[in-house]
Amino acid sequence: MTATPHRPHDGVFDVAVIGGGIVGAAIARDLSGYDLAVALLEARDDVGDGTSKANTAILHTGFDAKPGTLESELVARGCRLLGAYAEATGIPVERTGAILVAWTGEELEALPGLKEKAEANGYERCRIVGPDEVYRDLPDLGEGALGGLTVPDEAIICTWTTNLALATDAQQRGATLLLRHAVTGIDERDEATTLHTAAGDVRARWVVNAAGLGADHVDRLFGHDRFTVTPRRGELFVFDKLARPLANKIILPVPSSRGKGVLIAPTVYGNVMLGPTAEDLTDRTATATSEEGFDFLLAKGARLMPRLLAEEVTAGYAGLRAAIDHPDYLIETEPQQRYVLVGGIRSTGLTAGMAIAEHVRGLLADAGLAMRARETLPEPPRMPNIGEASPRPYQDAGLIARDPAYGTLTCFCERVTEGEIRDACHAAVPARNLDGLRRRTRAMNGRCQGFYCGAAVAALYERHHTHDGCHHHSGDDR
Amino acid sequence: MTHQPPLTTPDVLVIGAGPAGLTAAADLAPGQAGTVLVVDREPAAGGVPRHSDHTGYGLRDLRRVLSGPAYARRLVDRAAAAGAEIRTRTTVTGWSGADTVEVTSPEGRYRIRARAIVLATGARERPRTARRIPGDRPEGVLTTGQLQNLVHLHHRPVGRRAVIVGGELVSWSAALTLREAGCTPALMISEHPKAESYAAFNAAGRTALRVPVATRTRVTRIIGKNRCEAVEIEHLDTGRRRTVACDTVVFTGDWIPDHELARAAGLTLDPGTLGPLTDTALRTSSPGVYAAGNLLHPVDTADIAALDGRHVAEQVRRHLSGEREPAEGVPLIADAPFRWIAPQILRPGDPAPPHGRLLLWTDTFVRFPRITVRQDSGTVTTRRLPWPAAPGRAFRIPSAVLNGVSPTGGPVHIGVQ
Repeated sequence: MTATPHRPHDGVFDVAVIGGGIVGAAIARDLSGYDLAVALLEARDDVGDGTSKANTAILHTGFDAKPGTLESELVARGCRLLGAYAEATGIPVERTGAILVAWTGEELEALPGLKEKAEANGYERCRIVGPDEVYRDLPDLGEGALGGLTVPDEAIICTWTTNLALATDAQQRGATLLLRHAVTGIDERDEATTLHTAAGDVRARWVVNAAGLGADHVDRLFGHDRFTVTPRRGELFVFDKLARPLANKIILPVPSSRGKGVLIAPTVYGNVMLGPTAEDLTDRTATATSEEGFDFLLAKGARLMPRLLAEEVTAGYAGLRAAIDHPDYLIETEPQQRYVLVGGIRSTGLTAGMAIAEHVRGLLADAGLAMRARETLPEPPRMPNIGEASPRPYQDAGLIARDPAYGTLTCFCERVTEGEIRDACHAAVPARNLDGLRRRTRAMNGRCQGFYCGAAVAALYERHHTHDGCHHHSGDDR
Repeated sequence: MTHQPPLTTPDVLVIGAGPAGLTAAADLAPGQAGTVLVVDREPAAGGVPRHSDHTGYGLRDLRRVLSGPAYARRLVDRAAAAGAEIRTRTTVTGWSGADTVEVTSPEGRYRIRARAIVLATGARERPRTARRIPGDRPEGVLTTGQLQNLVHLHHRPVGRRAVIVGGELVSWSAALTLREAGCTPALMISEHPKAESYAAFNAAGRTALRVPVATRTRVTRIIGKNRCEAVEIEHLDTGRRRTVACDTVVFTGDWIPDHELARAAGLTLDPGTLGPLTDTALRTSSPGVYAAGNLLHPVDTADIAALDGRHVAEQVRRHLSGEREPAEGVPLIADAPFRWIAPQILRPGDPAPPHGRLLLWTDTFVRFPRITVRQDSGTVTTRRLPWPAAPGRAFRIPSAVLNGVSPTGGPVHIGVQ
């Protein structure tokens, strides 16, 4: 069911959330559970098209966070919240568990400290294991592992569906989703703040800045100069799903001062991922992959799991993390400005998003935003399953009998049916381009990369695509 | 599972309605083999020739020259006329036993159990991602398969100026398709010292195609945020790099068999072709499961795939009439510069391979190849062939070179002097 959108009074929203990534969508969803008119502004064509679309898609326990930080608290809570939300909405999750593998004496000696750190974070289930146990779980691991630390509750999740579920839920609870609304300037007045955007002005009493890579820019528009986002590029290889038996657990490196290092992780779509690299850049649009990045990954892969490199690569991509010059999440309220900054949310933001949203709601309440929980809320959306762990439409005889479009495979490699592509075009938050369609269905993400299906998928998209579901608001009449 | 999907039980199941599968079905259906069912996941049967809208098809199997679509239609008609049932939009999604597959189709989800199964799933080109080429991810980066689908089946526009990566037979086919779609093939690039298949065309063909070729060159980066703008290329000998402006890049050739079903069945694969390991009767490692076409030799021309189909039909008939277990054989091994050989096992009493030819793939150009066949540190035979071994197309050797091989000896090495 869809709630009546909460229309802003006199064209002024109670809260405008800038950024349609996981964090922004989670905040908009959470606030829409209260008696508030909420707008979610996204600069691009689609939600989740920035940093949120290209992360390692791990649902973290938070075992390795720095104890006592806001990040450690919110990741641990977010893990529980998102885990439960995934169950309610059908976001694909697989509880694979992880093993942190030590390859050197130094790394081996670091394991007890990591276990203690996990316990300081309230995570008690890590175990130190010898090489025999490491190889029993991961027989295809490269030679020379000395031992490991098990993290039985680390899981893999679909980052795309997470973002879509949160945005869809926000919309169904009455939030107004404003796409192509890049914020270019602001005017602060006593009664409301006007956000100037490429698609017209949006006015709101409160503004939450969850703009990810652009959060420092927006922060400066509010007159602050407290941090700089450094786009940290992470390049990844995705291997063919025929490789999946090689890695049924997340294989983590022992973290060093230079970051978390390169991991091998299964994906919920049945692939295996190798990456990421970590390279600080200045260009916030530098999502190209690089020769150096690929060479680095291949060298790492040859050590970690030589057999993996014999498999076909189905995708190589780069994501940008919003790294900042601050060791923790930077979440601060400016009550006088009726403004909240949610900055420096790194890759853990996927896990922490829903907990960040709760935290932000608390800050807003403390700062004086009156809110009352709404008595009735629509059920959370039931998302299409694009994961391999539960039945997909092509496997569902009953569904196909009712609608043969679910028995017509369009993308052979990923087994995406015509029915799913049609549905993604007519969803509450519909696909607006082929990339959006990929993230909703997996179409064209497979090993042939469109050799067979590219033309057919494009034709289906042409036939079905709509512009409904979201406002292409222009002018300042709200 | 508590509820088993319904079961269909033809005598022979052919998976893949391309030249190999359709020819096998056409040959099997009218005989004593019983019922023959062909399934294909595409909306129409015919395989890749369906969207290869140029001439040159059918020479070796039909003894005539047809366009790709006409050839595909002819093969479909022959199989149907012979009594084979062809089900399109029918995708085999997995196995439920050695002789049973699961399928999804608009008609529903069901199982097919057959006394013999022929895998004829073909091959595809490695896309840019599988070649691990870095850079941006703009629109306009295609394989020949996608290009031909766009142009010939969906009548969609492509760009205005294209770079073709690869110099195989299929690369020239991509050039033709681009021309037809109004897109200039501005440059073809090949890592080899000469565009591999160029010599295959006569002078008239070369004039018509006329695409500048950068040899000893590779693509190092794709450039363009939304639409492709350029590629960066590198000369392999000098290391010099430059960018070439283009709004379309077509990655051609560099074939990989569609071996998903073969792997899912646990069939032994050949490490060279990556297709199922087969003997000259085209048996796979699973009794009753055969393979034919470009799944076995990625790739040779469509008519060669079709001849595989005719060959495998005879072997399937023998299997259905209660053929004895095949004898032990000797492995055939391709020595450098050959990358692979197909088939890979020679058993006493088995037929010669399809068309009486062994197929190989060379990594270097050999103008006057002298083939050597060695076994147990002795040379079985040497044979001078009047055609060159060229990268980018299958190299065919008469299987008679194996006549002196001992079926009880060691592995047979096939090389070139």
